[in-house]
Amino acid sequence: MIPIAWYLVLSGILFSIGVAAFLIKRNIITVFMSIELMLNAVNLSFVAFSRNWSQITGHLQVSGQIFVFFVMVVAAAEAAVGLAIIIAVFRARNTLNVDQVDLMKL
Amino acid sequence: MTDLHLWLIPLVPFAGFLVNGLVGRKFPKVLVTTVALIASAIPMIQVAMIVARFGSLTLPHVETIGTWIRSGAFHADFSFQLDQLTLVMLCVVTGVGFLIHVYSVGYMAEEEGYWRFFCYMNLFLFFMLTLVLAENFLLMFVGWEGVGLASYLLIGFYYLRDSAANAGRKAFIVNRIGDVGFLLAMFLLIQHFGTLSFSQVFAAIGAHPEWQGGFLTAVALLLVLGATGKSAQIPLYVWLPDAMEGPTPVSALIHAATMVTAGVYMIARSHVIFDRSSTALLVVAVIGTATAFVAATIGMAQTDIKRVLAYSTVSQLGYMFLGCGVAAYSAGIFHLVTHAFFKALLFLAAGSVIHALSGEQDMRVMGGLRRKIPVTFWTMTAAVFAISGAPPLAGFVSKDEILYQAFVAPGPGKILWAIGLLTAGFTAFYMFRLWYMTFFGESRAPQELAAVHSRRDTKLVTETEPTQEHHHAHGVHESPKVMLIPLIILAILSVIGGWMGWPEGLGGGNWFSHFLAPAVKAVHMSYEQATVALTTTGQIANTPNESPAGSKQLELILAVISTLVAAAGWLVAHVMYYKRPELPERFAAKVRGLYALIANKYWVDEFYGAVVVTPVLFGARYLLNILIDRGVIDGGTLAAGYTAQGFGALVARIQSGNIRSYAGWLALFAGILLLASYFGWTAHFWAH
Repeated sequence: MIPIAWYLVLSGILFSIGVAAFLIKRNIITVFMSIELMLNAVNLSFVAFSRNWSQITGHLQVSGQIFVFFVMVVAAAEAAVGLAIIIAVFRARNTLNVDQVDLMKL
Repeated sequence: MTDLHLWLIPLVPFAGFLVNGLVGRKFPKVLVTTVALIASAIPMIQVAMIVARFGSLTLPHVETIGTWIRSGAFHADFSFQLDQLTLVMLCVVTGVGFLIHVYSVGYMAEEEGYWRFFCYMNLFLFFMLTLVLAENFLLMFVGWEGVGLASYLLIGFYYLRDSAANAGRKAFIVNRIGDVGFLLAMFLLIQHFGTLSFSQVFAAIGAHPEWQGGFLTAVALLLVLGATGKSAQIPLYVWLPDAMEGPTPVSALIHAATMVTAGVYMIARSHVIFDRSSTALLVVAVIGTATAFVAATIGMAQTDIKRVLAYSTVSQLGYMFLGCGVAAYSAGIFHLVTHAFFKALLFLAAGSVIHALSGEQDMRVMGGLRRKIPVTFWTMTAAVFAISGAPPLAGFVSKDEILYQAFVAPGPGKILWAIGLLTAGFTAFYMFRLWYMTFFGESRAPQELAAVHSRRDTKLVTETEPTQEHHHAHGVHESPKVMLIPLIILAILSVIGGWMGWPEGLGGGNWFSHFLAPAVKAVHMSYEQATVALTTTGQIANTPNESPAGSKQLELILAVISTLVAAAGWLVAHVMYYKRPELPERFAAKVRGLYALIANKYWVDEFYGAVVVTPVLFGARYLLNILIDRGVIDGGTLAAGYTAQGFGALVARIQSGNIRSYAGWLALFAGILLLASYFGWTAHFWAH
């Protein structure tokens, strides 16, 4: 039986890697992937908590698992829209460097 | 309980005001006239009906429509009261008011803004009737302020003229000073009685005979301040002469017959308070006497016909104050009534003269009008004799009543009487001076001056083509019938109006005084009791209106004396302005200093200008405007604005457009939040 803390530590490591990658990387595709990494780190902790909760109550608790499905659906939708935007940006600016896509500044 | 629908009396003129005010501009003149006259006639008819059944009413008759203000234990109602005093005022306001409305139809016929004039006149009637019908001080105050508003609007009727606009403002502002007194008096009453209802306040005072002076003096003196503003007494009389900038019917209705007497009415109405304060009564009497004297002296040297009458009004109001000040309220109210008759008549006749001369108001270019405008002349003659105190006309009866009451009053009564008597002589002098200058001798008007509208500036819009009426010989013409009939009615009233209060000393019954007694002498003391109270406590208690035994002869003697003084005034005017018209100039040259003093109205306006107006303007301009308004208030808001702008500029730099910098901020603050929750800061925060 693996304690829940391990899952959470793994989840935290994954999330931190996602954040760090988001902040460091300049390629939009990579940034996008780091977002997916953060989402899945959260998914991991959802599932771990769901299982932990089932063991404590003695009944099957599926709320956390259902929530993971929601996150995955949203992530899929986000990936579709995000990739479309990336393609549009690339066509317009001919670059995937986020530092050069800063027209929204004041 | 019989229902008289008292609320209808003020509300009908208000309806007339609304109709003419909202759509009168589009109406033909006939329709405006109809609405205004109906709106002023219905209250008169209603009052006449009340008079008819007055004997069967239980007095005071109070009708409450509803609650106006309720705040804790304090409440003020829309309630109207009818008693003898109210009835007298109602008769004067509706009767004289209607006559002046009729007169105005002729007088204002060619004026621009005809509908506006009648709309304001009806508004005035509404507020004036509210004032006299009100059952509590607060509702009375509404009428009090409202008549001030109507007065302001009508003084400034020719608003394109600077002098008229300024006169309107002056009247309004000077009245505000008095209103402060009225307001503070009401606050004191609320503090001590928790109510403003006449019946409750007076009952509370009546239940405590030991209350003498003290806060009642404060209340009374504050009320006097209000009354001096509205009734143009020293020190606040300066607005009334300037108010003559308004159309003449306005001067007759508002600034002679009704509104300016509101102060006298207010003192008579709250006589219960005044009865308890000999100080306040003395102040009223002294103010009245001083005003009567000062205004009469000023009136002797004025050359504008309406200004003479204005100062005469101030002077006569002083008599009314004197009457109230010696606790002879019914005498004051009696003079109010007769004064309303003859002074309204004087103004309307003067208006007729001005109309005849196409707008000329300077008496120095009048003269010889006796044969040209005979009806005006004869009606004016009745009024001049009445105000001068010629027996048996109205002014004689009421003025003598006041002088007699002053004479028998304790304290400085004899001095007040002597000054009042001297003033009566002055009154006769300046009235006959006006009479002779206007109607006798040779016409001093240059022909072409009388032929055209000499004072075009009195009209809002310069008349380009004189109307048919003004083509008569030399322009001098008698007024139309619609103006003459009110003159004639008022002339009859000026002659016989005093008979209802014919003094007992001259074989009359003084019916008026007995009629008013229940309303203005509610806390009744016989003369003997009053004398005893006086000798034992040294206070003015209640001077009764009934002649004490053996004083009828005194009354007769005093009447003869004042008649002789008035006759002397007439004689002097006769010599100076009829027999030897060159005398006044020589006389004025001889006492140049004195003449300059009264011709310049004692420089009171200049004094007020230097002492009050200039410092106020200085303070407003430099202290309030530049320092407070522009410095503190504008500066404060600007500083707040600039601060926000600067801070905004600072934080706007965060929006760099760089997505990684956004993410960095987000991560940074998320981390801070995380640390904070880890160390229990947020838990600590929420716990409280």
